[in-house]
Amino acid sequence: MRFLLTTEQRDFAASLDAMLTAAGTPSVVRSWSAGDRAPGRALWSRLADAGLFALAVPETYEGVGPLPVELAAAFVELGRHTVPGPLVEMVAACALLAGLSDPGPAKRLLPGVVSGETMVTVGAPYALDGDAADLVLTVEGERLRLTSAAQEGPPRERPGARSSLDPARRLTLPSSGGELLSGTPAPEAFTYARLTTAAQALGVGLALLDRTVAYVGQRHQFGVPVGSFQAVKHQLAEAMVGLEFARPLVFGAAVTLDPVDVAAAKVAACEAAYAAARTALQLHGAIGYTAECDLSLWLTKARALRTAWGSPSECRAAVLGDGGLPRE
Amino acid sequence: MDLAFTPEEDSFRAEARAWLTEHVPGVPLPSLETAEGFAAHRAWEAELAADGWSVVSWPAAYGGRGVDLMRWLVFEEEYYAAGAPGRVSQNGINLLAPTLFAHGTEEQRTRVLPSMATGEVIWAQAWSEPEAGSDLAALRSKAVRTSGGWLLTGQKTWSSRAAFADRAFGLFRSDPDTPKPHQGLTYLMFDLRAPGVTVRPIARLDGKPAFAELFLDDVFVPDEDVIGEPGHGWRVAMSTAGNERGLTLRSPGRFLAAADRLHRLWRERGGPPDARDRVADALIGARAYQLFTYAAASRFLDGEPIGPESSLNKLFWSEYDIALHETALDLLGPEGELADTAWSEGYVFSLAGPIYAGTNEIQRDIVAERLLGLPKGRR
Repeated sequence: MRFLLTTEQRDFAASLDAMLTAAGTPSVVRSWSAGDRAPGRALWSRLADAGLFALAVPETYEGVGPLPVELAAAFVELGRHTVPGPLVEMVAACALLAGLSDPGPAKRLLPGVVSGETMVTVGAPYALDGDAADLVLTVEGERLRLTSAAQEGPPRERPGARSSLDPARRLTLPSSGGELLSGTPAPEAFTYARLTTAAQALGVGLALLDRTVAYVGQRHQFGVPVGSFQAVKHQLAEAMVGLEFARPLVFGAAVTLDPVDVAAAKVAACEAAYAAARTALQLHGAIGYTAECDLSLWLTKARALRTAWGSPSECRAAVLGDGGLPRE
Repeated sequence: MDLAFTPEEDSFRAEARAWLTEHVPGVPLPSLETAEGFAAHRAWEAELAADGWSVVSWPAAYGGRGVDLMRWLVFEEEYYAAGAPGRVSQNGINLLAPTLFAHGTEEQRTRVLPSMATGEVIWAQAWSEPEAGSDLAALRSKAVRTSGGWLLTGQKTWSSRAAFADRAFGLFRSDPDTPKPHQGLTYLMFDLRAPGVTVRPIARLDGKPAFAELFLDDVFVPDEDVIGEPGHGWRVAMSTAGNERGLTLRSPGRFLAAADRLHRLWRERGGPPDARDRVADALIGARAYQLFTYAAASRFLDGEPIGPESSLNKLFWSEYDIALHETALDLLGPEGELADTAWSEGYVFSLAGPIYAGTNEIQRDIVAERLLGLPKGRR
């Protein structure tokens, strides 16, 4: 056993980190939230060039995957840099398309996903960024329906688009019409969605911890950095414990892909990220409560990811063997 | 990155499981914090040792099997899954032995380790003093040079197992005139039945004498029982502190087995919804601790030392252990308060976790300052 990322896996994550740091993701997120998708699509394209989407797609369809450990490592970085867009949903869509009995749709669509030209999201029932994606794949019980952007109407006017507490996320409900695909939704798609959500949440939590550690080291009150107070230190230490024990669950789940492990990782990573968010907000004080402070980009995402792709209660049920993964 | 065991590890697991199935007592032993239970647990140590299972990771020369860290983890998983008794020798095995491997002489190892492996000599720790708890370096018990050795004088307290143990190890001030309090300390081993030693057992919450005060009055210790250089005891002791908090004191096997028992208890009670989340969290936490340990073991086998990350470990398992036992007692309903259930001993034991081996407040300071890099401040 060697339960550590390989050098190649670490290098891949480090290269994404460097690229995303240079890209200055906070301004990309703010544009995305304001409805200007161009910077986000440009970043998306660079992520595709770096090989991100190929990780979710089998070789038959011009990918290199699926590679769950690499996906988990990448999604930690995506969360750390709060990259906008239906990232988890892209991974789920790849598994859904590749899992169909009819290879036609996968052959037609997945190469575009790998190259970054096609942005596809999944509705189950809400579709993240259904107003920004080119395609929406909707799970309706045992059926899958594909609708394209043209059928969904122009951005921001699509029926049923709702704002999230995370301004970078908009949820849409499916419209009628489109193409009914032959075959049933592959359960692996939900496993992958949960796994990558957990990894993304872990990254969000790690960024919240890092930013808060930096802040309390600079912010002075009573003549000393507030980070020298035990009341501050101990909250950050607790946040770190939560995140560092969620991390091996996320990567362990990526290794086994056992739905119980994946559900455990989802609970632990989302709770640790949310706890880190609460601590980050408290320790930043009033500035942290403003939309202007970039911290808000991570704070709100930590809340949104907690209930995306399986609420804490649903995931705990899976851990206890009280029910499988939700199908819709 | 993988979670695969080798065929050799699998066969080691099978061998351990077979032995444990055959030998683990069908009826739980009495509490090891009582005279009767202490004796029963000592006999169990001898039974383990007779077939080479008491200290599997030690070299064969001292009574072990020379297995690596991964196989030690496998053994621990099987040990606790089999419901085997608590280890009355754990202070010696987990704290003193690693110190002897790192800082002792071959003569000391040959003399001390084999009788520790068989349970013939059971060791207690002697760190804390009435005025030196979290601030351990404030300790005042002294070691004064005499012909052929040292004379120990002072008071130690919260000495776990000392009520029934044979020998003890701890830190003593051998040089009273040093610029800093952690200088001038010496690490010594001494006999709890030597002239000048008075052991006063202390009853823990449930009345059992789980620890003791030690009064020392010119207790002679020969030079051969000093570990490392006189005056350099702090550095020697800190190497065992890492063990106490870190990888080897609380193996994941213990919590995996306890979480599994809790899950079964919850089902037997009809799966009450108010305990559902806490039972799930116990299962999740045990898995997290197992995987965290596999990662730490992988780093260790890669040659990385175990550093301040062991404080994360200690914070996690100590809080986890209490939460798990509290959930179990709640599930027992009106029987939750009874002192003779399968959970009561573990519950009382768990309550001490956030206090010993460096309080959790000290651990949070270490995490904040040494892992997160926050500025030092007044505590």
